[in-house]
Amino acid sequence: MTDTTSQPIPSQRKNLAQQLELDTRLLGMVGAFVILCLAFNFVTEGRFLTPRNVFNLTVQTVSVAIMACGMVFVIVTRNIDLSVGALLATCSAVMAVTQTDILPNMLGLELGHPAIAPIAIIVGLVTGAIIGAFQGWLIGYLTIPAFIVTLGGLLVWRNVGWYLTRGQTIGPLDETFMAFGGTNGTLGVTLSWIVGVLLTLAAIAAMWSGRRSKASHGFPVKPMWAEFTMSGLAAGSILGFIWILNSYEIPTRRLQRLFEARGEIMPDGYTEAYGLPISVFVLIAVAIGLTIMAQRTRLGRYIFATGGNPDAAELSGINTRLLTVKVFALMGGLCALSAVVASARLANHTNDIGTLDELRVIAAAVIGGTALSGGIGTIHGAILGALIMQSLQSGMAMVGVDAPFQNIVVGIVLVAAVLIDIIYRKRTGAH
Amino acid sequence: MATPLVEMRDMSISFGGIKAVDHVSVDLHPGEVVGLLGHNGAGKSTLIKMLSGAYTPDSGQIFINGEKADIHNPRDARRYNIETIYQTLALADNLDAASNLFLGRELVTPLGLVDDAAMEAETRKIMGRLNPNFQKFSAPVSALSGGQRQSVAIARAVYFNARILIMDEPTAALGPHETQMVAELIHQLKAEGIGIFLIDHDVHQVMNLCDRASVMKNGELVGTVNVKDVTDDDLLGMIILGKHPHETAA
Ligand SMILES: Nc1ncnc2c1ncn2[C@@H]1O[C@H](COP(=O)(O)OP(=O)(O)O)[C@@H](O)[C@H]1O
Ligand SMILES: [Mg+2]
Repeated sequence: MTDTTSQPIPSQRKNLAQQLELDTRLLGMVGAFVILCLAFNFVTEGRFLTPRNVFNLTVQTVSVAIMACGMVFVIVTRNIDLSVGALLATCSAVMAVTQTDILPNMLGLELGHPAIAPIAIIVGLVTGAIIGAFQGWLIGYLTIPAFIVTLGGLLVWRNVGWYLTRGQTIGPLDETFMAFGGTNGTLGVTLSWIVGVLLTLAAIAAMWSGRRSKASHGFPVKPMWAEFTMSGLAAGSILGFIWILNSYEIPTRRLQRLFEARGEIMPDGYTEAYGLPISVFVLIAVAIGLTIMAQRTRLGRYIFATGGNPDAAELSGINTRLLTVKVFALMGGLCALSAVVASARLANHTNDIGTLDELRVIAAAVIGGTALSGGIGTIHGAILGALIMQSLQSGMAMVGVDAPFQNIVVGIVLVAAVLIDIIYRKRTGAH
Repeated sequence: MATPLVEMRDMSISFGGIKAVDHVSVDLHPGEVVGLLGHNGAGKSTLIKMLSGAYTPDSGQIFINGEKADIHNPRDARRYNIETIYQTLALADNLDAASNLFLGRELVTPLGLVDDAAMEAETRKIMGRLNPNFQKFSAPVSALSGGQRQSVAIARAVYFNARILIMDEPTAALGPHETQMVAELIHQLKAEGIGIFLIDHDVHQVMNLCDRASVMKNGELVGTVNVKDVTDDDLLGMIILGKHPHETAA
């Protein structure tokens, strides 16, 4: 064998996207999303891109987006989960019963006690994770196809949820718990700016530490200008988003009521803005956590390896059965988290909560570039997919398209997105 | 005679009635290359998969350095420093060369996160030795040629200081030049005292590289010979007719 230990690294001429090391597929999706928003904004004469609508849009997206993040891992490992909407309902029912009945009536925590919300949420998360793990065990260890297990799960958990509440709506939910719903729980202007700045700093730090680690091994790094451009883009989009949310002012009537509730009188001309909703903050935290898991942990690496070639993963010593249990347990936990957001937004647990969410969640993941053949998918793609679907739906509603036709359009978009993906992958030879 | 590095004794496994491997015994000494020959479907891959932990035998025992080894899965085999180049290569197509090379044994940072830069650096080093023309370090291995994929699989088996190396048709996708490089690699590893099971279709290649050859047919062992004692034609006869060339041989 030859004794070369280092090799010259070829430098080729690259286009702008390559120099910035941008994912062109992601770029295409962002482009489509921007065009969509601008088009709706034009047709609605500027009503689509108001701070108020952007706020509502993001709040409406959160529940599906959180589950779509988990669905990425499920689909990447060549599985599917049709039970997420039903599991959301069961978790929501469990949490509603816990906070309105079990804790106050059986354990004697008076209504409004600050421990109610955290206990209810933990109970919900554990319930979701256990049910998910159980389904994962049926799939991984008993080798029942995921499609069947979760199709069964859809029927089972939807109706377990029904029995837990006897089909009744339960509410109102705990005050603190409802802070996860959107309008009822926002960070306010100052805190939102702080979060925005911290996120910006974290994003820039991540980029530069990646650069440093590459450079320390003598690998090629992006040119400085590209690094600054990317940092600028990241800062611009994060802070821009915060700025929009901070521009959505709380209606005066609502403010007056808030002051009255505290027994104070609102000073004249007082204004306050909503800022970042807590639910959106939760989604951001989930997205960051899961992206790190996907890209930088062994678990994430094994999930993708198993999706790419299950036999190879097994031969490399990866316990793919246990991995399946973990992936479905994570999915179950995320369903519970979505249940917190969804029921808090409605201020009640309703019997039909999460109905058809499995389809929205799968569609979001797939529009976001997750390949059903396994091994490929990103968290940010799935969130963008969820956002695109929600924008389509609200945009059409705003324009006055009737509901049946909205669904027809969303269905067509789903199929078209996958077709474009297939063509794109063939063209670029990408995977 | 010294204790063998590996001794597989009376191994059997069937798949739904088909006896894929039927009471086969083979052994391997340090610094020795043992060729496994036989038609497609003879049971060669299945035999070595019981050593690499991919299959659990129905019966039979494996001894490593004279001690009974418990190998129930690939992780067990790795503990005995057994490394395998599978016929199918066993690569995750969606991951890059470094991720495949370190799959299941990732290098991590002090925080426990996978250290992709360090793994790529190591991969560049070993590929520089095995296949200096290899440059596609950031592409998924699905974008590589058959030969490039094969060199990733070889690099993975060689990198982790194997004591026992299993090569299941390692040159199947390689051109003449790369095949020659693999032959040199085998010589080098042999000199380091590594024991190698080499499955190869090319009788000539086996005659050149191996010390001994075991021939299988229909799941059974036809016989094991010292290559010095036989000709190419003798080996071919064993493969085709399933008969031992000399009644008295080893
Ligand atoms: N996982 C399996 N399931 C069922 N049959 C198998 C399996 N693996 C191997 N076989 C059968 O065992 C026999 C030996 O196969 P193999 O070991 O791959 O042969 P070789 O490597 O010598 O070409 C063949 O008949 C094959 O069909
Ligand atoms: Mg074979």
